[in-house]
Amino acid sequence: MRTAFIKSLMSLAERDPRVWLLTGDLGYSVLEPFAARFPERYMNMGVAEQNMAGTAAGLALSGKKVFTYSIANFAVTRCLEQIRNDICYHNADVTIVATGGGLTYGTQGYTHHGIEDIGFTRLLPNISVVVPADGYEVDLAMGSISGRSGPSYLRLARGGEPVIHTKPIDQSLFGRALMIRPASDVAILSTGSILGEAVAAADRLTAEGIKTGVYSVPVIQPFDAETVAALARQCSLLVSVEEHVTQGGLGSAVAEVLSGLDNPHARLERAGVVHGISPNAGSHAYLRQLHKLDANSLVERIRKISNLSAKRSVKIK
Amino acid sequence: MTAATQTSTSLARRIRSHALRMTHAAKASHIGSCFSMADILAVLYGGVLRFDPSRPDWPERDRFIQSKGHAAAILYAALAETGFFPADWLSTYSCDGSRLGGHVTGHGVPGIELSSGSLGHGLSVACGMSLALRADKKASRVFTLLSDGECDEGSIWEAALFAGHHRLDNLVAIIDYNKIQSFGSVANVLDLEPFADKWRAAKWSVVEIDGHNHDALHKNIGHMPLEAGKPSVIIAHTIKGKGVSFMEGQLAWHYKSANDEQLAQALTEING
Repeated sequence: MRTAFIKSLMSLAERDPRVWLLTGDLGYSVLEPFAARFPERYMNMGVAEQNMAGTAAGLALSGKKVFTYSIANFAVTRCLEQIRNDICYHNADVTIVATGGGLTYGTQGYTHHGIEDIGFTRLLPNISVVVPADGYEVDLAMGSISGRSGPSYLRLARGGEPVIHTKPIDQSLFGRALMIRPASDVAILSTGSILGEAVAAADRLTAEGIKTGVYSVPVIQPFDAETVAALARQCSLLVSVEEHVTQGGLGSAVAEVLSGLDNPHARLERAGVVHGISPNAGSHAYLRQLHKLDANSLVERIRKISNLSAKRSVKIK
Repeated sequence: MTAATQTSTSLARRIRSHALRMTHAAKASHIGSCFSMADILAVLYGGVLRFDPSRPDWPERDRFIQSKGHAAAILYAALAETGFFPADWLSTYSCDGSRLGGHVTGHGVPGIELSSGSLGHGLSVACGMSLALRADKKASRVFTLLSDGECDEGSIWEAALFAGHHRLDNLVAIIDYNKIQSFGSVANVLDLEPFADKWRAAKWSVVEIDGHNHDALHKNIGHMPLEAGKPSVIIAHTIKGKGVSFMEGQLAWHYKSANDEQLAQALTEING
């Protein structure tokens, strides 16, 4: 995913001389090609994220198209007020690129888990919040970012995630929830690289007779309320899946849509990260299991609710 | 007195009067902060900055970022006095629905490069503008005005290191060093001294001046950079509330606004 990003960014920088890349002294073995090709538009800001975000705003307010790069909490949380005031309020053309979104830096501990970033960013004005699941979704995101001016948050994982899409995604679909498996009784809405677990879970459930669809939701802000509302009417159960706390992220965005719908609509189950249960260390895969975000846990969770629903209708009336 | 000093002294008097009336009408705070920087602003807008009020986004303009956003009234006054917008806007300051917000707000207000209010933001944004201007080979300079209290913020020192390291000599920071921050004296709250040495250590060129002496202000701010290859910082020693006897050096005027009687007396003192 990071490779797809840097490839896409370099191609954009070739076409658009306004493109600058700032890093908070991170990106070893990822950013070097950009630095070598565009040394005059690449800047290592040092370990100083507040200054990076403010400087990015200043460059953007002077006509540049700026990308900042760091690990999720450092890219977003450390300098949230600069992002809020200097970038978003001024509608500055800055894309904040976070690597290690979610639990990808599992063993590195809580300081490195980007699990509140979607919530922080989606509250801000003018910003587009994009959480790609694979390289194709990165290309979709970069296609949109290259053609728009204004703030964006691009939350990347780390690399090595499964490629789910089979071909480039049509640019017109940017902003939409993307169908991976058609929805029936159950629809999983997934954001980011956890999509592989969601698809595996859905395929097993469908094979068992619990027809489960999957939508990938790479754009959290602005949110595709239309598709979610349609799914809520069609299905009896929606399950949001994200490597993010269950408050403030995808699950909350879905709940906000449901709260405005007349009954009946689907019940919502929010799968996500729970504060306070992660040990000090744990691999990405281990933490996904712990937070019940792996395919097995998702299957069990959905099966349980569906069994209940066999006894009584689960749909909210 | 030189012609430049005459112009800026007269401008300082007018913007002090405006700011006093604005904060009086709105019952708004921060008049003391407005007055400590009034002479600096008058010198900037009365001769140093290159700008065209009919084209606020003129690419060749100098940039001015007021990082101490709480002293908004005096900046709006300077912009109105120099023709960026009609002077009658000033009477709407801090009123319901007004464009002129209580902290510096540029949205819909010509001449303001950055909306500010939370301290410690302006220097970084100025660094970004300075980098862009250098990359685009523009002769424009970037001036930013900081308060002393805001130099408590770590972000200021991130930006200071950055500007020094990258030799941003089109960047000028002016510090309104009035020695009073919101809950007491700078020396007691969080001492900045040795202040000039901190900037020198970050590879800036430093000059300390009397921030109310127009000749000194013109002489120094008018000839930037202080040193080729280095960002410049002017540590302007000022007096909070300068220009009105009962406001000078008084913390309370960070918060209070003049009542009718105080307004009349203050206007008399300002206009002599």
